[in-house]
Amino acid sequence: MSQSLRPYLTAVRYSLEAALTLSNFSSQEVERHNRPEIEVGNTSAELLLQPMHVSRNENEQVLIETSVNSVRVNIKVKQADEIEQILVHKFTRFLEQRAESFHILRRTPIAGYSISFLITNKHTETMKTSKLVDFIIEFMEEVDKEISEMKLFLNARARFVAEAYLGEFVY
Amino acid sequence: MSFNEKSVLANFKLVKAPIYSHCFSADRTLLAITCENKCLVYRLQGATSPPSLVATLENHDKTVTAVDISAHGRIVTCSQDRNAYVWEPLSDGSYRPTLVLLRINRAATSVSWAPSGYKFAVGSSARIIAVCYYEQENNWWVSKHIKKPIKSTINCISWHSNGVLLAAGGTDGYMRVFSGFIKGLDSKDAVVNSPWGDKFPFGSLVREWYQGSYVHDVKWNSSQERIGFVAHDGSLNVVDSQGNHQTVDAPEGLPYRSLAWINNNSILCAGYSCHPVLFSEANGAWKFAKNLDKVSDANAKKSTVSLDGNDDEEENNAFGMSALKKFKELDLKGRVSTAVQHSAHENAIVELKAFQESNGQVVQVSSCGLDGEIVLYNV
Repeated sequence: MSQSLRPYLTAVRYSLEAALTLSNFSSQEVERHNRPEIEVGNTSAELLLQPMHVSRNENEQVLIETSVNSVRVNIKVKQADEIEQILVHKFTRFLEQRAESFHILRRTPIAGYSISFLITNKHTETMKTSKLVDFIIEFMEEVDKEISEMKLFLNARARFVAEAYLGEFVY
Repeated sequence: MSFNEKSVLANFKLVKAPIYSHCFSADRTLLAITCENKCLVYRLQGATSPPSLVATLENHDKTVTAVDISAHGRIVTCSQDRNAYVWEPLSDGSYRPTLVLLRINRAATSVSWAPSGYKFAVGSSARIIAVCYYEQENNWWVSKHIKKPIKSTINCISWHSNGVLLAAGGTDGYMRVFSGFIKGLDSKDAVVNSPWGDKFPFGSLVREWYQGSYVHDVKWNSSQERIGFVAHDGSLNVVDSQGNHQTVDAPEGLPYRSLAWINNNSILCAGYSCHPVLFSEANGAWKFAKNLDKVSDANAKKSTVSLDGNDDEEENNAFGMSALKKFKELDLKGRVSTAVQHSAHENAIVELKAFQESNGQVVQVSSCGLDGEIVLYNV
């Protein structure tokens, strides 16, 4: 792990631990509803807490939006060039299409971010909070590695294809 | 499961769902817990054997949020379906429900019997506290509302032992003291010479404190006329009728969900750090005293080191072939070590109640948590 990644992940970890202090909160606007307050248009401002923005550089950022019973974690994955942009888009889309089996994954990321997680009080009640935090941190660690690996594969494959194709014209 | 034997007296894993609230009967034989949209009543059988289920109270159709047992054994439950029921114990061990006319149109969040057992208060998301009492003529429980100046959901309520003063806290960040005086039920003698005022008409705001973050729990210390409350900013606050306000922050930073007075100058708090923390007062200032049932960092470290050591040994001796190694790593990748120590509660503690007292001092405290466990702690 590089030297500047560690403090970034530590900051995200502590912010997440503080944010995942959720309670079961029934809506005070709609009768007999219990909904994630971070996701709905809210007329009671006190239910939304101050969002936390952790930024390593302009390409790698995390925005943690908290409310009384839900937390939205938005991650911007590093995208240095156009290939990485395409790869990140395809990769996150692949995951989002299978969002049911990921429980905490949000189907669409919010604008400006690559992937979003939505953690509600149901999740913190059925899963261990520390493991949830571990999962997100691990995801952040792995996704960079995954993308750069895919980029290498893609380059190698492109070179191979180009060689095979252009080999036809060599006499 | 391993935990500090000294502080944990008993540990009952009762249900798989979170327990939002629990209550023991006055003689400590019955235990009522909330479980999804039911309320389960257990009979205790000592600290070693698990309690046996004696009754299931199911009339609610949404999550039951709070339960309380009166001095006479009546159980009151309230739920997110906007209703509350009073369950009258019958001679054959079953319970007869009576609907309470709460007249609220949002979830009921907290409930507490007055010490007399003839009235109770229900906090709600409708920004209302309903004080309910039995009306003989109509044979039902009716309620009177406290509305002003509550601006958001009420999280917690607590009665003074005189049965008139009512402390409440909520998500608007205020802790308020109201009067819950019901004409014909309470007598004015109870509040003679009260330091909180002279007149207590129903619903009047006696005092308020602004904390600025969600108030999760509030408890009276009636003999000293003081109130303790915990808030989402991780603070424990103690206030009194003179307007004094003392604050102490959680050493671990995570907020507390509940508190219990141990004696006149110590308070036990518990919340998202999954183990109780004792605070005590010395020379007029509140300070952190000790952790109960906390997994020490040294223990946790030791277990991981030994694990790593084992892995290295195995690797050196047995795993020469790369294929075997590959499968071993595959196996290890998703592995969760079972040797990790944890405290008695594996998830946040949401409620603390005094269990046993001797000489004006609470010696045992019960807690319930999101992990579906009831734990008894020695203080």
